[in-house]
Amino acid sequence: MLLLRLVFKNAFRHRLRSILTIVGITIALLAFGLLRTVLDAWNAGVSAASANRLVTRNAVSMTQPLPYAYKGRIRQASGVAIVAAGNWFGGVYLDEKNFFANFAVEAEDMFALYPELLVPPTEQKAFTMDRKGALIGRKLAERFHWRVGDTITLRGTIFPGQWPMTIRAIFKGARPDTDETVLYFHWSYLDETMKVRSPRRAGQAGFFMVGIADATRAAEISKEIDAFFFNSQAETLTETERAFQQGFVSMSEAILMAITAVSYVVILIMLAVAANTMAMSARERTGEFAVLKTLGFRAPTLGLMLLGESMLLSLSGAGLAVILLPSLAKGFTQNLAQFFPIFVVSSTTIGMALLFGVCVGICAAIVPALRVGSVRIAEAFRRIG
Amino acid sequence: MAVPLSYSWRNLHTRRLTTGLTAAGMALVVFVFTATLMLAEGLRQTLVSTGSPGNAIALRKGSDTEVQSGLERLAASAMTTRPEIAIGGDGKALAAKETVVLIGLTKRATGKTSNVIIRGADRASMALRPQIRLFSGRLPRPGTPEIMVGKAVASGFKGVEIGQNLRFGKREWPIVGIFDAGSTGFSSEIWGDVEQIMPAFGRIAYSIVVAGLSEPSLFPAYKQAIEDDPRLQAEVWRETRYYEKQSDMMRKFLTILGISLTIIFSFGAMIGAMITMYSSVAGRVAEIGTLRALGFTRRSILTAFLLEAMLLGLLGGVAGVGLAAGLSFVSFSTTNFQTFSELAFKFSLTPWIVGAALLFSILMGVIGGFLPAVRAARMNIVEALRTA
Repeated sequence: MLLLRLVFKNAFRHRLRSILTIVGITIALLAFGLLRTVLDAWNAGVSAASANRLVTRNAVSMTQPLPYAYKGRIRQASGVAIVAAGNWFGGVYLDEKNFFANFAVEAEDMFALYPELLVPPTEQKAFTMDRKGALIGRKLAERFHWRVGDTITLRGTIFPGQWPMTIRAIFKGARPDTDETVLYFHWSYLDETMKVRSPRRAGQAGFFMVGIADATRAAEISKEIDAFFFNSQAETLTETERAFQQGFVSMSEAILMAITAVSYVVILIMLAVAANTMAMSARERTGEFAVLKTLGFRAPTLGLMLLGESMLLSLSGAGLAVILLPSLAKGFTQNLAQFFPIFVVSSTTIGMALLFGVCVGICAAIVPALRVGSVRIAEAFRRIG
Repeated sequence: MAVPLSYSWRNLHTRRLTTGLTAAGMALVVFVFTATLMLAEGLRQTLVSTGSPGNAIALRKGSDTEVQSGLERLAASAMTTRPEIAIGGDGKALAAKETVVLIGLTKRATGKTSNVIIRGADRASMALRPQIRLFSGRLPRPGTPEIMVGKAVASGFKGVEIGQNLRFGKREWPIVGIFDAGSTGFSSEIWGDVEQIMPAFGRIAYSIVVAGLSEPSLFPAYKQAIEDDPRLQAEVWRETRYYEKQSDMMRKFLTILGISLTIIFSFGAMIGAMITMYSSVAGRVAEIGTLRALGFTRRSILTAFLLEAMLLGLLGGVAGVGLAAGLSFVSFSTTNFQTFSELAFKFSLTPWIVGAALLFSILMGVIGGFLPAVRAARMNIVEALRTA
């Protein structure tokens, strides 16, 4: 008990230094937490994927289209419940800076495929009825202050021309990882317009979303679908939605790896700061430790004392970081909404932050504790300053 | 009179462990700072050197990248027959109609699929890109499905060695050569014959037209002639500017990421410097009192301690830049969001990056050391001497 009090008193003997150390650790762990959250945000599409959905696309690459006629063939595969054609539209609203994802989809099939899109029934009906209607996510609506009934025009980059459409419905996500920054409009609008503007590009879908009843049969059904179109002009590649999303994530894998590496660098920086503080405070008190040793305290006890001080500092920092992290992440969400639709601090991140707090506390104390333990009493008394 | 510089230096030397730890913290911050700047610079250099200033590139109006673009045969032919275009060695116009398609290949390192540009090249395509030369094997013969792959593709992807075949569009495409395009975007491409590749993907339109102008100054005339023609529906860019534009989004992303990271990290390092300098001041109260008693002014004490902090920062900066310089030999390959295709580039260290990093490290030292230095300078002589 007495030892505990001594630890506490010593840890805050240099109040300014202790506070600075705690702040340093807090900042470093906050940075670590934010970086982990960025990585999570990158993977959000993967975690939001449903096991009951497959994606069929052109085997050559995602940018090659498939004939729309494939829809009927895919539906014939055993175990397939729904098939919806879709296209990445790549439209721009006013300026490239206003980037958001926009897809042309077959609306009715899509509502059946994506139960996580929550739309009021009246709005859903209005969207389904209007071929030039659009369905947008709640966050997208907030970002541009769009309301139901507004008319917007997208400039096509892949499908040239101006594409006016009316917002008919706004959806909310049923789960926290549902992307609410997307715009959907009718695939038939795209197709009918392309029939007029450049007929050769009509009747083509970018991908098919395939709903299956039994998720355990995903591999089998994928093989069956791909076998239909083997050795045709447009061979297909069918994979689970999760694998499809993972494909996007792994494209920027090098960047993700760099961010991961950097998130550990910040832990090292923090370690340097904490170790420095512990080394200084141990050195300054060499004489004191000699007194304690003379009084009969053993080296392990003294080491434990230093460890306690170090832990006290690093855990205070870690605790502070964990408390501040969620609100900081919320502040970032407002600025990064267009890059990362989902930005939520996960419990794993918080656990890792605490774990690293403990690790740093231990590592920072090792060298000073060993020094204090091994130094000879007479030698310690002789040293000044 | 100023306190000699060696005083500051020897103080750092005396407290080696503390100095080392603080400088190490700063070195890591500077390392991250330098590495991201190097990455953004490498990306820019690669894409800028991909274009040639004498070349103009025409795309369909409204398309941002060549992958999205499409130019009908008639329109493309009209664009290759302008008087501004130079005459090539074969006596024909130095202009190429090309088609650009993405195909998915498997990466060697991760086994994951990534998109690679396959370019249907025209007769003049090679002459228009003097950076490209054959590295091994031979050039594909026109009129056959033979293809050649860029060096970065050959080293980064599976199944693209000479003698192997790629399969797409119901056909086998034998690989007959590997070409080296230095550190340009072309190194991350595959080239074949445009008239073979177009039907394989069911295309009836080219993607782009590249025109070698007889004088770079003729560009405005060419641009105006093409863009004013209502039949063509095209826009024209200088090739250099076009490729630079392709790096905008990634570069911005890397720079913002790097700068915001280093700002946050630098707070940690500055706090480290502050702790070190405070203890350095606290441990030398009597010494400072003596210096003051000897006649050194407050100002010179302040300068001495600031110098010490600057040296500490510089130490970290040099170590950080040295660490980052090692990255110059590392190649980085990722998907460019804008073109949706794989691009390999190098970390590139330029003098201004070194300068910026060192300045940044000194700044960290100064900010961290300012308050402790002020404390040292404001000490009362008598009280300071009494503590001894």
